[in-house]
Amino acid sequence: MTATIEQKPEAPSITSNVRGYAERVRGGDMGALPAVLGLIVLCTVFAIMRPSFFTAVNFANLFTQGAAVTVIAMGLVFVLLLGEIDLSAGFASGVCAAVLAILLAEQGQPWYVAVLAAIATGTVIGTVLGVLVAKLGIPSFVVTLAAFLGFQGLVLVLVEGGTNISVRDETILAISNNNLSPVLSWGLLAAGVGGYAAIQLLRARKRTKRGLIADPMSLIAIRVGALAVLGGLAVYALNLERSRNAALVSLKGVPAVVPIIIVLLVIWTFVLRRTAFGRHLYAVGGNAEAARRAGINVDRMKISAFVICSSMAAIGGIIAASRASSVDPNTGGSNVLLYAVGAAVIGGTSLFGGKGRVLDAVLGGAVVAVIENGMGLMGYGSDIKFIVTGSVLLLAASVDALSRKRAAATGLR
Amino acid sequence: MTPVLELRGIDKSFGPVQVLHDVALTVRAGEVTALVGDNGAGKSTLVKCVGGIHPIDSGEYLFEGKPVQVHSPRDAAALGIEIVYQDLALCDNLDIVQNMFLGRENKRGIVLDEDTMEEMAARTLASLSVKTVKSIRQHVSSLSGGQRQTVAIAKAVLWNSKVVILDEPTAALGVAQTAQVLELVRRLADQGLAVVLISHNMNDVFAVSDRIAALYLGRMAAQVKTSDVTHSQVVELITSGRSGDLGLTNGVPA
Ligand SMILES: Nc1ncnc2c1ncn2[C@@H]1O[C@H](COP(=O)(O)OP(=O)(O)OP(=O)(O)O)[C@@H](O)[C@H]1O
Ligand SMILES: [Mg+2]
Repeated sequence: MTATIEQKPEAPSITSNVRGYAERVRGGDMGALPAVLGLIVLCTVFAIMRPSFFTAVNFANLFTQGAAVTVIAMGLVFVLLLGEIDLSAGFASGVCAAVLAILLAEQGQPWYVAVLAAIATGTVIGTVLGVLVAKLGIPSFVVTLAAFLGFQGLVLVLVEGGTNISVRDETILAISNNNLSPVLSWGLLAAGVGGYAAIQLLRARKRTKRGLIADPMSLIAIRVGALAVLGGLAVYALNLERSRNAALVSLKGVPAVVPIIIVLLVIWTFVLRRTAFGRHLYAVGGNAEAARRAGINVDRMKISAFVICSSMAAIGGIIAASRASSVDPNTGGSNVLLYAVGAAVIGGTSLFGGKGRVLDAVLGGAVVAVIENGMGLMGYGSDIKFIVTGSVLLLAASVDALSRKRAAATGLR
Repeated sequence: MTPVLELRGIDKSFGPVQVLHDVALTVRAGEVTALVGDNGAGKSTLVKCVGGIHPIDSGEYLFEGKPVQVHSPRDAAALGIEIVYQDLALCDNLDIVQNMFLGRENKRGIVLDEDTMEEMAARTLASLSVKTVKSIRQHVSSLSGGQRQTVAIAKAVLWNSKVVILDEPTAALGVAQTAQVLELVRRLADQGLAVVLISHNMNDVFAVSDRIAALYLGRMAAQVKTSDVTHSQVVELITSGRSGDLGLTNGVPA
């Protein structure tokens, strides 16, 4: 408290918003900037090097390829927010996918029973992990490393040592293989943009009426416009005919996983930003002792975060099973976990806790999918892909650590 | 008049180390009670016991004359006890409003009522004549030590509480801010609240307090009216546990 001159709240305008954003970035709070810039650079490079990258078929592929990892990453955000980690999320998704496949193929259960059972399995896994971390106080790194090994074995047991279980259920297969009709695709986009605009306008109007600082109209217009343009371009591209032989089978429209991811994104963003539960998650991640003194049950928050993470991993597993039309010992294995953690961190979620959004997982998931896909088109094998993705993860973690240092230096954290 | 808060025979140990021995404390409405004592005397520990952060080992905890059980910060808050801790306990990654309402958010259904919270926070800060924060939506991490202190105090007075306990609220403040906080402390008491002020500054203590409670090595050396004692007597109580016929004889209150 140096000066006591009253500073009038700045009238909000585009310029003050831009200035505020620039200040935050300089202060170390980069948010989604690295991921967005990375996406632009990667897409440009791949599009120049491999024209086939820039085709409707490949664009649609990106979504189905990246969906499972993105959904697992969305769950991981909750655990990372608390400054914890879940190394078992990959194989947890494998276990849940195996449960799904067994119920479908061997027990002949309908798809919804199998899906519910898979998600319930994820919930149980998350509860066990969360209790071990919160109540026994074992570091999450150790608990989930143990679970990582354990679940790897469990998947082998479930799919009976090395064989695979194929998934033939129409509904499950549709998740990763079907597309919305072009009309429905446009309709959903219109509803989405309209809904977004309505929420923004209503909030601004309510705040103005109460004399609170509201986002300026121009900023809302830019946001809504950007969503409409980007969404419009994406839907347009995805509505192009992708089939080589359109007369035989037509292949166009937004892949069915896209609305699934958007719904999950909206739900979890709402939970994190608009509910007390979400607020308390941030509080525990920011300063657990302060949260405890505010009467927040820190243990319960931890357990909930692990439950959400493992349940989302289950959904990721279902999407992966749908894409592969089968479940094998490698479902959720190899690079899935690292890609998912990478996606969250690349998107801007901090490994130190207290900072992150579900949207980060989607942006980072897109970066990971683009790398995986583009490198594949360039003809590189797994070797180079692993090295590049590993480097990108390291880079993202460095950005995270450096921005934290910088924020500490500028007093912004 | 029954005291708002009364502690009797409070013992508290951390493992083998007993930090509080048979401590008694009486806090009255409309008064500022200064809690003094050397570093490590147990002031913060006593306050944390009152706030439900640490469970007490034994002793009586009376609120408005009735024995109560305080097991968690929520219990203390429900009674109307607000504490500004020495280490402030704010979440750096949340903004001022979010910190002030942490754990007690206003909701409409399940949705946070941000607008109402923002209005209430702004009103409280204005009533404390806080003018230097640029926006109440800025993260606490970007505030100066004194500003953080003010936010922590504002958080405590937001709730129309009956008892406000401030653990060294002026330690990090400049001259002008200290005067403001002391003025606020006095104002809260004059409004009928019971205020407990922990401070190492004798001038501050004598400036605002009605009563002084001196802790010495985890024992309550004496609780006296401020007007009945001198600076040097209080300093003696703090450093040696006794002063003339006041204080401890062989470790037992006279
Ligand atoms: N959580 C804890 N575990 C173990 N010992 C503790 C704990 N908290 C405090 N103590 C010990 O209790 C004693 C009293 O500490 P306390 O913080 O209450 O002192 P204080 O009077 O507030 O001192 P100061 O003026 O420096 O703030 C100290 O010896 C301290 O080491
Ligand atoms: Mg202390």
